[in-house]
Amino acid sequence: MNLLPWTIYLSFAGALVVWVAGARSAQAARVLALVVALSGWGAALLAAGQFTPGAGMQPLVNCPWVPEWGLRYQLGADGISLTLIVLTGLAATAGVLFSWNIEERTNEFFALYFALIGGVYGVFLSMDAMLLFVFYEIAIVPKYFLIARWGSTRREYGAMKLALYSFAGSALVLAGLLWAYAQVGSFSLADLARATFDGGQQRGLFALMFFGFAVLAGLFPFHTWAPTGHVAAPTGASMLLAGVVMKLGAYGCLRVALPLFPLGFAYWQPVIAWLAIAGIIYAGLAALVQTDFKFVIGYSSVSHMGFVMLGLAAANARAVSGAVLQMFSHGIVAGLLFAVVGRMVYDRTHTRDLRDLGAMLLQRRMPLVAFIFVIAGLASMGMPGFSGFPAELAILIGAWRTSPIWAFGAALGIVIAAAFTLMAIQRAFFAGNSGIDVAADGPEVDRLTWPEMAGAGLLVVATVVVGLKPDLLQAWIEPSLQSPELQALWKAGAR
Amino acid sequence: MTAHYVELARALSPEASLVLGALLLVGTDAALGKRWPAKVRLDVATGIAAAAIVIAGVFSWRVGAVGRAFGGVFNLDTLAVAGRLGVFGLALLVLGVTAGARPLRNAVDYVAIVLFAVCGFSLMTAANHLLLAFLALELASLSLYILVGFDKNRPESAEAALKYFLYGGMAAAFLLFGFSLLYGLTGSLELSRVSAALVFMGLNPLLGVALAMILVAFGFKTAAAPFHLWAPDAYQGAPLPAAALVASASKLAGLILFTRLFWSGLRFVAGNASIPDVVPGWISIVAALSFASLLIGNLAALAQTDVRRLLAYSAVAHAGGLLLGVITAGQAGGGPVFYYAVTYGIATAGAFGVLGLVDVGGGGLRIVDLAGLNRRSPLLAGCLGVFVLSLAGIPPLAGFFGKFAVYAAALSFQGVVSVTGGLAFLAIGFSAVALYYYLVVLKQVFVTSPAEGSGRIRVPVIAGLTLSVAAGLLLVLGILPSLVLRWLE
Repeated sequence: MNLLPWTIYLSFAGALVVWVAGARSAQAARVLALVVALSGWGAALLAAGQFTPGAGMQPLVNCPWVPEWGLRYQLGADGISLTLIVLTGLAATAGVLFSWNIEERTNEFFALYFALIGGVYGVFLSMDAMLLFVFYEIAIVPKYFLIARWGSTRREYGAMKLALYSFAGSALVLAGLLWAYAQVGSFSLADLARATFDGGQQRGLFALMFFGFAVLAGLFPFHTWAPTGHVAAPTGASMLLAGVVMKLGAYGCLRVALPLFPLGFAYWQPVIAWLAIAGIIYAGLAALVQTDFKFVIGYSSVSHMGFVMLGLAAANARAVSGAVLQMFSHGIVAGLLFAVVGRMVYDRTHTRDLRDLGAMLLQRRMPLVAFIFVIAGLASMGMPGFSGFPAELAILIGAWRTSPIWAFGAALGIVIAAAFTLMAIQRAFFAGNSGIDVAADGPEVDRLTWPEMAGAGLLVVATVVVGLKPDLLQAWIEPSLQSPELQALWKAGAR
Repeated sequence: MTAHYVELARALSPEASLVLGALLLVGTDAALGKRWPAKVRLDVATGIAAAAIVIAGVFSWRVGAVGRAFGGVFNLDTLAVAGRLGVFGLALLVLGVTAGARPLRNAVDYVAIVLFAVCGFSLMTAANHLLLAFLALELASLSLYILVGFDKNRPESAEAALKYFLYGGMAAAFLLFGFSLLYGLTGSLELSRVSAALVFMGLNPLLGVALAMILVAFGFKTAAAPFHLWAPDAYQGAPLPAAALVASASKLAGLILFTRLFWSGLRFVAGNASIPDVVPGWISIVAALSFASLLIGNLAALAQTDVRRLLAYSAVAHAGGLLLGVITAGQAGGGPVFYYAVTYGIATAGAFGVLGLVDVGGGGLRIVDLAGLNRRSPLLAGCLGVFVLSLAGIPPLAGFFGKFAVYAAALSFQGVVSVTGGLAFLAIGFSAVALYYYLVVLKQVFVTSPAEGSGRIRVPVIAGLTLSVAAGLLLVLGILPSLVLRWLE
């Protein structure tokens, strides 16, 4: 029996259990939430252990769902899904650990949290486009409430903006799906791939679905929900947003739009690539000038997701494998960055203004936090030894193969990323006058709690392990890229 | 002839059950009610009414889809059976929430009139004859006018009833005039004969006038723009359970009646909306109504501050989608429009039911008055959340699949590049706009803190149970739409 579908069921059941059983005590809700997150992750890891990499989707469940409309409950996984499922489990577990200090209506927080996670697992496992869409939508509503209820700065604005952007994007996707369905009569990805759409239809269908999904991936210029949403969200939700929810959009592009409409893709390819590059550079420059620590990270997420989109646009096996690896890497690193900024720093200092933080001498008051942030920053910049390095390298090489000038544009983005990351490290932790006696001056800060240590430890280990041995994931990802569905894409992508 | 009457009795057994139930409950109350407190009288009446509706449902299930009955006056096809059961289900929901809403004077009469209205709805879903269609519509409408004006303590209720009555009376006059022209042209009242007479006639000017008049009544009944102006005032002024009935069961029955009328009777003057100058017909006008409803409903809803008016404009917006379902019923059958209307009806009647309980709890019914509802009553907040998200069309709730079915049918009706296809895309686009005004409501319910001095809301058992069942139904029908679709095909 394959355990992967259980990630979905465990999360939805867990949401219910946490909500009901955690109503009396916040601590019970937390512990249950950790158990649920770990069991989902455990199921994913066990399934990963049994996974034999091979080309194409490995079916898990396939039964009629709404036969009257030709909908099937069809789940499957390949190496790409598996990578993202493992990431989701990890991010969910770390997110619970960094949400340990939620005191207000804890059970409801975690119930929404796991409803969101269940939707995410579902998207990564769906082999039927309508099923994928349903799970995708399930993930939107909890986000709104997580941010609007437990968030901080301009939370209602940020939450509403995020929900409307996501929903507008998914309306485009729905329009495209129904259009395709009107022709084919099925939503199964396999049936849609077999159908023949002419060039004009492909251009329209591809644009609807790709740009619809790309809204959630933070593709420039549809990215503006991301920084405000991330900043407004509570730490655990920011970690999920940047860590896995943005991946849903990129995954939708990769799983639905790209393989189904290769001719449409060939038409839009340069537009997507240049939007991705514009996003990498624009968001990087925007991150440079932020004074709010969390906005720096928010824009850096948009910049790094630009690499993913560029990898998809380059459309060769090297670049796409890099894009999937980048999704994994960014999921971990962004989670870690948000954890440091939102939980470790903000919850103790109650400010995120880089000028105020600089004066607090945080590297002396919280040396461990500074150390973790430096690690996360290095990983984020794409230093060798961390997961960002093999990912961005593969994307750059792949982009070069398709069009060298794209690689130049993106490489410029790497320089900017180094600049804003180093500046953030310097201004937040190392800016103050180091001559001041810390013990005598300024408030005492609380020590790191065990959940924070555990969560940070998980994420740091993950980024280092993948950075040192990217083959672990590439062994899953690369065979999947040889699947027959993607061959047309490689042909269309070669310029 | 005798055999005909046996057939008639059989076909009408659900309606007979409803009327007998109404008489029984009025009689019981007249004979014994004087000695009981008001609460008990209402509970007994509601119990009898609910039993009558359940029995009517069992009868209509057992009669089944037998096709034409009594010389073609009725057409008991699957759509009629589904429509009857849908109407009965919605009526039970409305009765259940009546138990928790603000008490009315003469509540027993109120329940009896609900039964008469339901009897009208039930006939509407089966009517295959112009005269019966008109009578059924009038039975339902007159009952609804009374129900809307039933709250004699509030002048708004009287105002709403008057407005509803004047609009409705006007619409009925148009409908009757249209029917009489149609009868004059075709010499028949039975829809299949009307249809047969129209095959060779084509769309002549007089028939055009008849169609226009029928469409006015249709626009009124479905609250489609520009015939929607009564809806916000009626929804706001009516007692909340009455508004629930107007918004749900009445709409479902009206849609089935007109779907049958248009496709069984006026099939040959349907026309083609994409080339209206070549093939004129009613589809073009219904498509225009749908467009206007989507536009006006969604945009006007953005500006509302009263929840009931918001629901009214949301009803107008949904009418836009439902009209698309009426257009596509010629090809896809009545399934999509029925599924959409019934899931919409459950959600909107449920929302009015929740509002009824909030109203009793005190503090007004503006959107801001819902602040902190999840603290004041988690059950009501949860149910309202499900209803509103279903109205917004968020999967896996049933509202999404209603929209899905209708839009998918619209896109395959005349191809993607057509008027119906364009309307489906427009409706999908507007769903993102609609999410905004629905989230504004839910933000108050779940995010904002309760106002000072607003206490917990006590939810009577029956009302709470009814709302929970309705919310659960939306979830189940969303996850497994086949439960209903299976026997509609």
